[in-house]
Amino acid sequence: MSGGFLLVAVLAVPALGALAVAAIPRDLAARVVGTVAAALTLVVAIALLAGRNLGWVAYGATPPAVRPWHSVDVAWVPGLDLRFHLGVDGISWPLVVLTALLTLLCCGYTCWRVPPGGSGRALVALLLVVEVGILGTFLALDLVLFFLFFEVVLLPMYAIIVGWGGDGTGPAARRRAARKFALYTLFGSVLLLVGVYLVVTAAGTADIVALTGGTELSRGTQLAAFTLLAVAFAVKSPLWPLHSWLPDAHTQAPTVGSVLLAGVLLKMGTYGLIRVAVGVAPEGARWAAPVLGVLAVAAILIGSLVCLAQTELKRLIAYSSVGHMGFVLLGIATLTGTGIQAALIGNVAHGIITGLLFFLAGAIKDRTHTGALSELSGLRETAPRLSGLLAFAAVASLGLPGLAGFWGEAFAVVAAVEVGGALWITLAVLAALGGALTAAYLLRLLRQVTHGRPSAPVAGLKPGLAGAELAAWVPLVLLTLAVGLAPTLVLGVAEAPVTALVEVLR
Amino acid sequence: MSMVQSVDSVALLPAYLAAGTAVLVLLVDLVLARRAATVGAAATGALATIVAAVAVGAGEERRTFCVGADCSYVFGGRAALVAALVALLALGVLALSGPLLRDGTTPVGEFCFLLACSMTGGVVLGAAGDLITLIVAVEALTLPLYVLVGLRRGSLASAEAAVTFFVVSVVATTLTLLGAALLYAVTGSLHLERLGTILADRSELLDLPLTTVAVTLVLGGLAFKVAAVPFHAWAPATYDGAPLPVAAYLSTASKLGGVVALLAVVQHALPNDVAGPVLALVAALTMTVGNLVALRQRRTVRLLAWSSVAQAGYILAPLGALALADPDARSGAYAAALAYAVFFVLLELAAFAGVVALRPAGADGGHLDDLRGAARRHPWVGAGLAFALIGLAGLPPGLAGLFAKVTVVRSLLGGDAGWLALLVAVNAVIGLAYYLRFAALLYAPTGDAPAVAGRPARVVAAALAVATLIAVVVGFAPQLVLDLAGS
Repeated sequence: MSGGFLLVAVLAVPALGALAVAAIPRDLAARVVGTVAAALTLVVAIALLAGRNLGWVAYGATPPAVRPWHSVDVAWVPGLDLRFHLGVDGISWPLVVLTALLTLLCCGYTCWRVPPGGSGRALVALLLVVEVGILGTFLALDLVLFFLFFEVVLLPMYAIIVGWGGDGTGPAARRRAARKFALYTLFGSVLLLVGVYLVVTAAGTADIVALTGGTELSRGTQLAAFTLLAVAFAVKSPLWPLHSWLPDAHTQAPTVGSVLLAGVLLKMGTYGLIRVAVGVAPEGARWAAPVLGVLAVAAILIGSLVCLAQTELKRLIAYSSVGHMGFVLLGIATLTGTGIQAALIGNVAHGIITGLLFFLAGAIKDRTHTGALSELSGLRETAPRLSGLLAFAAVASLGLPGLAGFWGEAFAVVAAVEVGGALWITLAVLAALGGALTAAYLLRLLRQVTHGRPSAPVAGLKPGLAGAELAAWVPLVLLTLAVGLAPTLVLGVAEAPVTALVEVLR
Repeated sequence: MSMVQSVDSVALLPAYLAAGTAVLVLLVDLVLARRAATVGAAATGALATIVAAVAVGAGEERRTFCVGADCSYVFGGRAALVAALVALLALGVLALSGPLLRDGTTPVGEFCFLLACSMTGGVVLGAAGDLITLIVAVEALTLPLYVLVGLRRGSLASAEAAVTFFVVSVVATTLTLLGAALLYAVTGSLHLERLGTILADRSELLDLPLTTVAVTLVLGGLAFKVAAVPFHAWAPATYDGAPLPVAAYLSTASKLGGVVALLAVVQHALPNDVAGPVLALVAALTMTVGNLVALRQRRTVRLLAWSSVAQAGYILAPLGALALADPDARSGAYAAALAYAVFFVLLELAAFAGVVALRPAGADGGHLDDLRGAARRHPWVGAGLAFALIGLAGLPPGLAGLFAKVTVVRSLLGGDAGWLALLVAVNAVIGLAYYLRFAALLYAPTGDAPAVAGRPARVVAAALAVATLIAVVVGFAPQLVLDLAGS
């Protein structure tokens, strides 16, 4: 099978799966079909690794900074400089696999339990559409196509929050949260649109491969383009102070929605920052790096401090995402090989761990019907397995060495120290302090939820876990261990493209 | 110079057919006096007009009624696009009128005759080569609508709407005519291309205050027709008072007519560095005011009316980038404006078709709450309406609307009007707020009081299906529209 075929299949399988799910009238059968489609997508996504074109045939004096393993390039709308140009390399592949995996777990979980609100098959269809949008964003090598896929995600996610979400405070709060999500992220993506066409009209091409390095763009264009693109991606990531849609959306979203949202949707922002903003406008990136670094550290500190004051389980995890994404952005802001590698592995680790945390939080809320930390305590007395998993995920999230969360945070700090200078050393110190705060709020969470005497909602819990729950969680637990013990799983494939990218940043 | 003009009847064929449709409808109504026959004659005539426009437009550009090099009737690719689209919209509106005509309170013959007359104006409009033909065509498009708007018998709102529309429109036409007369006084010409050449060659004419006044009057008068701010106040009241299908026609065919007329004068005749900044300002005001006011609307048709005011702003925006841009960027801007208009009228027609289908026969648009949960009762029609609304907001899966926005932003950035591009972007966010509210309402739980609504009329559902299908096709292949608009 050729690589181009695989690339198209990665998008076509979930898209056709969504259509099939919508067409099948029987609810359970449709959900199973959707899960099968998600599983096939994961298989195809992993297969992308095979037969990759590593021996890049250099044309011209300098090889391009983006060297996809496989690519497809077909004209679509020449009048708008839009080409159907897909490609995968070491930067995007781990995220593609992560997306396919989390979608599969979410679809499988939905086979077992459908959150109240709507039909299960509609939910599975929407999850698959979201998957198409996210995968397309990671695979697009054309700026306009990238924007297009970026937009695809918005409304299905809105529908998931409105249709199946809710934290028991009534439909108005749910609608408000969903609308906030939609408007905020649309604000980001229209800036992306303007930024994209600013670049396209100045450079005359939308090909990311040709544009990476930004050689043809004037300094003024690069500064303007980077500003627009960075704000656009900062909304999605989200970077403080543009994060306020995130806690509401997470609190109201159903479990599977939260998992996808935190697990991979946010990564579209950080991935876009690395691939598009930094790649296309390196001059602008160098100019804005200190600002980005300061904001990233502010996000780490503020996210952690806010977490210390949270009283609601899902909200706390949501705010912890702000802090974790701060580390990722700090890594990117250093513009060094170490920093960008840290960002990539931080991305993947956060996707795995926070996905797991949201699954567990959803399970706790489903059982106890409350998310208030004050009403939860003594989980380990009545549900030791659930409590153990929560402890594992929380410890992974706070960055214990040997688990996945460690590498991204530690090396983001290391990269900042490597850059040197008073500013970056200060940032590194503050970020490290933020790491300590992260430990503080996660341990506080564990103390409140798992220790103590069982509260009334917790007292009646049964200790067992459903098979579907285990099936959804075990892969994430194993991956947390695997990435933590062997970070080369991610870094091995990413090293060459990151080196090439850093090369053009010089 | 020969005083005998040769008339190219092939170029005029679509116009003949459109005018013939009107006459035929009148005769059929007189002789047979049967509803089905009258409507059938109108539909057949509209179809024939579409076919003729496509067939003639596929060939070379045809010019006729020429004096020397100046021609009053130029039927090229763009004229064919406009003619075919107006006839298509007339056909669609005819389909939407099915329930209205069936309930017996509306005179079928008059309705179809007036619609066909208006269609004739639209068909000629795209080909107009001089200011008089242009203004007459616009008037032929608008005049029958004064009566159509007032057709809801016994409705005070309808009568009010008709009077408002009539007064405003007549004043607008007068302004445009005065502007045309002043332009004639300055340049001694009425042919669009000749006007453009004269104003470009003799730049001292531009310093005359009279020229500026003339340009402003022409633009202002035509801005009334597209309901651009500050000439927009008639639109919401008129749309809301008119029967739903007529409101659909007003916000699609009539708006398209205004846009085409504006394009014609701006592209060929008027000096760019006078018209550009004026249009940029009008576009900026139009989209912002339209969107902000639409946020507060609680009546369905008023929401659509204000949103279509905002959409007119997006259409005009590329024309605002004219002043600074080079010729390439300019022709791109004209194409972008027309392409946006094409995408917009398709989606707008679909949106109106959805509303008509979900409302009882002959009813007005009602309140938004009347449509609560409608998509749960009628999943297909509801999905069509939601698709159109999302398209109007410019988001996937409404790819047609997304590409429309992309086209406009691209032409603005190509024309060094980055500030306007940012404004379009911000407005798209405001627009999503109300489109999303509307679309979400369709899927909201109905609560305890299920609204009584019969099955959607089949012919309306068919119109919705066709409009949605076309929107989906051009959504995946927007190059089709871009090519036609650019030709």
